[in-house]
Amino acid sequence: MTIAQVFDYQRPETLDEAVRMLSGHAGEVRVLAGGTDLVAWLRDEAIAPDLLVDIKQIEGLGDIVDEGDAVAIGSLVTFSDLLNSELIRTRLPLIHEMAGTVGSTGIRNRATLVGNICSAVPSCDGGPVLLVYDAAVYVVGPNGPRRIPIHEWFLGPRETALARGEIVTKVVVPVPVGGHGAAYVRLSRYEGEDLAQASVSVLAPPDHLFRLAFGAVAATPVRARRIEALLMGRALDPGLVAEAMGLVREEILPITDMRATKEYRLRMSEVMLQRGLKASVERLEGTGPSYGTNLM
Amino acid sequence: MDISVTVNGDPWLLSVEPNDVLLETLRSKVGVKSPKIGCERGDCGSCTVLLEGRTVRSCLVLSVEADGHEVTTIEGLDDDGLTSLQQFFVDLNSFQCGFCTPGIVLAAAELLEEKPNPTREDVQEAIGGNLCRCTGYAPIIEAVLAAANAAGRAAR
Repeated sequence: MTIAQVFDYQRPETLDEAVRMLSGHAGEVRVLAGGTDLVAWLRDEAIAPDLLVDIKQIEGLGDIVDEGDAVAIGSLVTFSDLLNSELIRTRLPLIHEMAGTVGSTGIRNRATLVGNICSAVPSCDGGPVLLVYDAAVYVVGPNGPRRIPIHEWFLGPRETALARGEIVTKVVVPVPVGGHGAAYVRLSRYEGEDLAQASVSVLAPPDHLFRLAFGAVAATPVRARRIEALLMGRALDPGLVAEAMGLVREEILPITDMRATKEYRLRMSEVMLQRGLKASVERLEGTGPSYGTNLM
Repeated sequence: MDISVTVNGDPWLLSVEPNDVLLETLRSKVGVKSPKIGCERGDCGSCTVLLEGRTVRSCLVLSVEADGHEVTTIEGLDDDGLTSLQQFFVDLNSFQCGFCTPGIVLAAAELLEEKPNPTREDVQEAIGGNLCRCTGYAPIIEAVLAAANAAGRAAR
């Protein structure tokens, strides 16, 4: 089955040109980067754009830049680029670990982190990880550039704060001061292709100032502020971890779908939090399983 | 619109529509039939081709996106005959129906290019996006490891 619907295609060479195409068009426009979601959605007729604006010819959007206290990830940076980046591996290990869980190499060679958060499906892998790093999304539009904190980005399933005519240029990820351990714990039916049934992202800076987020268990990726407050500055003994696991049901709102039931997602999220906390603290201390080890 | 694409070393000028998918264009306009029509949603890996040397799902690439780029299918891996990797697939019975084979060989070729001495886990990860319903994967993994070993011996 080919794509049945008809649309136009443009390939601008500058951001200005791209913004003009997006904002000057009366109908529905979609930005095309890696296309691994977009082309599937076109085939499914989940979307019906009359224009695609392919941004892959625009220079400078494919860079990973060390900004000292932060790392900027351009909107054309693929999951393979992230996985192979020494900068990401050493300074933002949670992004490195997450990137290795997305699809398979053939998908990761094409799919971009920015495209992932623009698609904004509840099971997206990029969202929760960017939430715990307190990242910011940089966009340009007809009214100039603006910066959107990642906490204000996700509005609902496939819905973001991106306004009409705007394009994301990069996400900027602050590097936590003083080092950190981390763990991306992901549950799926099989490795290699499946979307996450649930995910837990744990960032463990020194002094137990944990940052936590859940994926695929609510309408959007969610930051778990109540559990963070409970754990703040305290040593992880079994009683405290059990208390944290008990709070998971306050933080998430899973649904039942073809990939899992809500009961299974809830119970596994508790278990994954437990494993993620343990692995991230051990990694901070230099004793944990190497990044990329499947914790499930 | 008109696009120019290099397929297995040959330049092609093709007239395509924006909604044409690379997989279809390769099969129907270029006449290369090794990329297979499987799930058509990026899940099965049967349509895998190399785009600028990297594996992609040709069912998820619009033909217009390949404009100005180089596409390689299994036919283009070696100019004359089989690569060592392909020969090990034959020798070790690494396929039965053969539907997944072009995609898996390309995924394995990409792995060996980047990592000439892969571990078994590396091979499993590299072909993790390619479904095979016949072999149970074991002979495929053996063939990739055997090709890597043979290349290592030849280099010594």
